[in-house]
Amino acid sequence: MPENRYEKAPRPGQGHYVAAPEDVKVGVVDAVSTDEAPSSMWREAWREMSHRPLFWVSAAMILIVVVVAIVPGAFTSQLPRSNCLLPNSLLSPSAEHFFGTDKNGCDIYTRTLFGARASVLVGLLTTTFVVVLGTVIGAVAGYYGGWLDTILSRLTDIFFAVPFVLAAIVILSIVPSRSALAVALVLASFGWTTIARITRGAVLSVKNNEFVTASKALGMSRAAILWRHVLPNSAAPIIVYSTVALGTFIVAEATLTFLGIGLDPSTVSWGGDLSDGRSSIRTNPEIMFYPAAALAFTVLGFIMLGDVVRDALDPKARKR
Amino acid sequence: MLWYLGRRLLQVIPVFIGATLLLYALVFLRPGDPVAGLGGERGLPEAVKDQIRAQFHLDQPFFVQYLYFLKGIFTLDLGNTFTGRPVSEVVADALPITFQLALMALIIEAIFGIGFGLFAGLRKGKLFDSSVLVLSLLLIALPTFVTGLVLQIVVGVQLDWLPVTAGRDPDVVSLLMPAVVLATASFAQILRLTRTSVIENVTADFVRTARAKGLSRGRVVNRHVLRNSLIPVVTFIGVDLGNLMTGSIVTEGIFNINGVGGTLFNAISRGESVTIVTMSTVIVLVYIVANLLVDLLYAVLDPRIRYA
Repeated sequence: MPENRYEKAPRPGQGHYVAAPEDVKVGVVDAVSTDEAPSSMWREAWREMSHRPLFWVSAAMILIVVVVAIVPGAFTSQLPRSNCLLPNSLLSPSAEHFFGTDKNGCDIYTRTLFGARASVLVGLLTTTFVVVLGTVIGAVAGYYGGWLDTILSRLTDIFFAVPFVLAAIVILSIVPSRSALAVALVLASFGWTTIARITRGAVLSVKNNEFVTASKALGMSRAAILWRHVLPNSAAPIIVYSTVALGTFIVAEATLTFLGIGLDPSTVSWGGDLSDGRSSIRTNPEIMFYPAAALAFTVLGFIMLGDVVRDALDPKARKR
Repeated sequence: MLWYLGRRLLQVIPVFIGATLLLYALVFLRPGDPVAGLGGERGLPEAVKDQIRAQFHLDQPFFVQYLYFLKGIFTLDLGNTFTGRPVSEVVADALPITFQLALMALIIEAIFGIGFGLFAGLRKGKLFDSSVLVLSLLLIALPTFVTGLVLQIVVGVQLDWLPVTAGRDPDVVSLLMPAVVLATASFAQILRLTRTSVIENVTADFVRTARAKGLSRGRVVNRHVLRNSLIPVVTFIGVDLGNLMTGSIVTEGIFNINGVGGTLFNAISRGESVTIVTMSTVIVLVYIVANLLVDLLYAVLDPRIRYA
């Protein structure tokens, strides 16, 4: 018995059993299907994500916000501006006004619903612009290299050195009409640098892989290789970053609008409502609660989704 | 190392010139004649206008104006604001306040971020870890101005523990609340960074070796886990110094602090171009220097970087 103790109770990490060659049945090897396409990174990432409750929670949060942003009128019978009556100023919550009214007599519930559109629109537009601009600049710099890389990388450094909120404040203070598109363009004009750097790094690490060399040997053009092979294989970090960035852009828009240099005051937005509510913060602080909560809810959704996506797409994190 | 240092320093020059040129162009290439509005309803005589234009080099081409501005930056002679104060004096007043604010925020976020992150990482998956993670997500999702206003109302007005706004010469007590507000978002980031890297290191071979040697748990955590986990955190804190400068625009606005951010924001609402450009340049400079320091620190901590 004593001599068996060491064999039967292996130390941690040595518990696996190595079969002797005569124990391995040939059928096991034959059972491996070679016809089936290997599971792609994306399918594996999806399988990983769909098992996590956090993914479904954040997806549901984002879905709610997006639906409200598209059809805010479906959830309320009132309108954010034209139903405002000054005699109704600062009413407490009631059956007619779920969240009460603000100092202009507007229904806070309705305004909070209608405010979603501005935030989502600016967030989506900015992220789209940033991804397109950053990916093109980063990919061209990383893939073609040489003097093109030098110029584009220094350009990225220069834009990176100007904090994008600072740049947005300076630019927006001179833009006369500030629609959602204009604010998104301004935010994107200095917000693309991180994506450009991420893309350049990813492209650099992908472009020397065997499959790229193989495509080159098969006579594929350089642009086609970049588009068909290098970019899809560099996409994971870009997707992870842009999900989180969408949240930060929404925060940036709300901050700028709160400061009075974001969206036009005529646009119904959470930042604008927070700025309006500030004047009565000492007497009615609850007015600011609803737009702030809606803003935090939206941003939380995107940040949580970004977390899940990162865990799913980062093989290093997956092992844990 | 010297070679790397020199090359990295040389890279800063074009970035500084490019970034300031960009800012200068944004501020000064706006439409309209800055002199036309002076002098009230009657307007100024042409001769006076010409004299002002010559004094501020407005009659020169744009690029020459920019060179005069660069010269002003380096000789610390930047002319006067609209109210007649020298711009360099405004900067000299504002900079120490913002540095104090940023330093306080850095200390707060480093102590609490690393502390909470370490404990959460060591107790991965337990109640403390999960609740800290949820809290950190919430703090990241809440915009600074919201946390600022909430603290102002709760701590400043209702509990009356700390002053609501900081006045002209703010002391540590009146800067405490703004510093906490400035620190919140970065605190959450540092917490998550520390937690991830602690979790990574706890299972590392060198920690197992240290434990196998029979070291006490406290010593293993202090010497082996924490020290190795701090490398990414230290670099984040460096980069964050730059972010705090931008964050100060909003925070100083809310708490009425006359630092770099507050002065910049007031200058923008008044349209004081010289002050805007100077304050922005100060922020950009801090940003560039912080990034440079981080790169150098990284090269010291991780020798592989130098040869890349």
